[in-house]
Amino acid sequence: MKAMIFAAASAALFVSACGGGQTSNQAGGNAGASGAEITGAGSTFVYPVLSAWASDYQKQSGAKVNYQSIGSGGGISQVKAGTVDFGASDQPLSSEELAQSNLAQFPIVIGGIVPVINVTGVEAGKLRLTGPLLADIFAGKVKKWDDPAIVTINPGVKLPSAPIAVVHRSDGSGTTFNFTHYLSQVSPSWKAGPGEGKTVSWPAGVGGKGNEGVAAYVKQLPNSIGYVEYAYVLQNGMNYASLQNSAGNFVLPSAETFSNAAATADWGKAQDFNLVMTNAPGANAYPMTASVFILMPTSAKDPSRSKAALDFFRYVLNSGQEQAKKLDYVPLPAELVKQIEAYIGPRIK
Amino acid sequence: MTAHGPIVKSHSAAADRVFNLVTGGAAWLVLILLGATAASMAWGGRLAFETFGFGFITSTDWDAVGGKFGALVPIYGTIVTSIVALVIAVPVSLGIALFLTDIAPRWIRGPIGIAVELLAAIPSIIYGMWGLFIFAPFMAAHVDPWLNGTLGPLPLIGPIFTGPPIGIGMLTAGIVLGIMIIPFIAAVARDVFNAVPPPLKESAVALGSTRWEVLSRVTLPYARSAIIGAIFLGLGRALGETMAVTFVLGNAHDLSISLLMPSNSIAAAIANEFTEADAELYRSSLIALAFLLFVVTFIVLSAAKLLLLRINRAHGRTS
Repeated sequence: MKAMIFAAASAALFVSACGGGQTSNQAGGNAGASGAEITGAGSTFVYPVLSAWASDYQKQSGAKVNYQSIGSGGGISQVKAGTVDFGASDQPLSSEELAQSNLAQFPIVIGGIVPVINVTGVEAGKLRLTGPLLADIFAGKVKKWDDPAIVTINPGVKLPSAPIAVVHRSDGSGTTFNFTHYLSQVSPSWKAGPGEGKTVSWPAGVGGKGNEGVAAYVKQLPNSIGYVEYAYVLQNGMNYASLQNSAGNFVLPSAETFSNAAATADWGKAQDFNLVMTNAPGANAYPMTASVFILMPTSAKDPSRSKAALDFFRYVLNSGQEQAKKLDYVPLPAELVKQIEAYIGPRIK
Repeated sequence: MTAHGPIVKSHSAAADRVFNLVTGGAAWLVLILLGATAASMAWGGRLAFETFGFGFITSTDWDAVGGKFGALVPIYGTIVTSIVALVIAVPVSLGIALFLTDIAPRWIRGPIGIAVELLAAIPSIIYGMWGLFIFAPFMAAHVDPWLNGTLGPLPLIGPIFTGPPIGIGMLTAGIVLGIMIIPFIAAVARDVFNAVPPPLKESAVALGSTRWEVLSRVTLPYARSAIIGAIFLGLGRALGETMAVTFVLGNAHDLSISLLMPSNSIAAAIANEFTEADAELYRSSLIALAFLLFVVTFIVLSAAKLLLLRINRAHGRTS
């Protein structure tokens, strides 16, 4: 608990420090517009884009968004406790859990999880993997790169006869939740074995701390495979594999294939947007697509703060999605934005 | 003047009392904090101890999805990396200390002594980054394949040095820890060697002892328990080290005899997993881990203090 409070406090310090810089920047043009203050906590994955949105929004409206990136689990417990105006989580809550804590939930931005590899002689995107094969590699059942299971779907790719070094996350993470959720969907043996969760009992490999830890390990260990958020693939220029989706096509991670997954996911039927997009049905949908969810109380203690937060998210849904693209996140499909607006109107007061 | 005396005296007596109270309070506060820390960790970990009982210490399970937790892997990883660290740090530190006190020319003692002390000032995160980006690739490219090739085929000790040459594992973590604790052991050892009464050494030399005989028969036996105390101080530091270890240990909940395999340590497990440990039992298990670490380091450091105390007393008698 102490560590959590410390993390929250340091994150708050950091955010307020950034916020401070922002205020002085805009002081010339928009002096004195104090505006409301909105507080939030949770997912570290959404933090870069959320802070970009927050500074844009502050310039425009004067309202200050104070976001503490303490992890999805921490965000959920803080919004339940009512200490923040909104929480952000990589893992959606079930409708029952939302009802119990009087919370509402909606997606805000999309990202993808990419299998990254470090195999000499294999060009970026040339290696093909299927979901069950990925599960077997991470389960330590497929141990070598020239295993027949890999070779048969990769004709023409020169694979070394070297053991596969598996790299996973050592810390609890929404990325791991989405990754293991996907593996559980496509591999019955993975579902029975490690299962899905923000951290699981890994049968093989080494653990890196955070996306950056996994990225560093994969870049250093020859013949390794790991999984990181899409933005880390681009920023670090990493080698990655294509993945077979549920329609049977091998798709590469890209903004386009992520939004295909978001568009073909059946949001309309998912109550409270309780939907994990992995293994989406579209022909050109990327199978490990994930979204970040915002959690808000349905009847806040202070409705004016809730309203200020909603104004911020309406701004994000309408004008913030371009900013998301610049930071290698994927905007929500227009159809989904309409559904979200219809959802929040009557629910959050 | 005589009328003045008592007033001054009573004034100073009252000041003394306040001074005693304040300093005594500060000293007691430390003890109270220590007790409160131990108690709150035991209390926080009670759910894990109740649920798993003694099995918490002997089980290798660490499954957040299934809600099964056991501390054996982190305990094992903590102890093994610390032993590796000591195997490396103790001879090097004693060598540094003996060189600085008995062998080195006087002009070189200052610079080397300061350099050793500066090692202690490097933040552990720097050791971690250095370990991950420079030392681990070196181990993977040169040391691990050599160990696999030469020591791996040997009977009995072979399995200890057989494993994937990835440069990340208990051996790498132990070596980085060893480098980290060298300054702590070396600094205490140097002071202890300096405290050996010169007449003892001079007598040995007068009797015709070689330099090596003076070291092995006079200096080392005289300082023995203080040296053990210094080693325990280093061990205490190694047991609780977090950041440097988590970068190069691999953070995998696997129990393996091989030093080349990744493992986990208590401090690294807590640092990695606490933020997202949202289940009650999960969090309690991590706090229980912290309690176990506290108990172990408390015992080690108490032993160190006792041994250092003994040499001080012995030294007091001789001089």
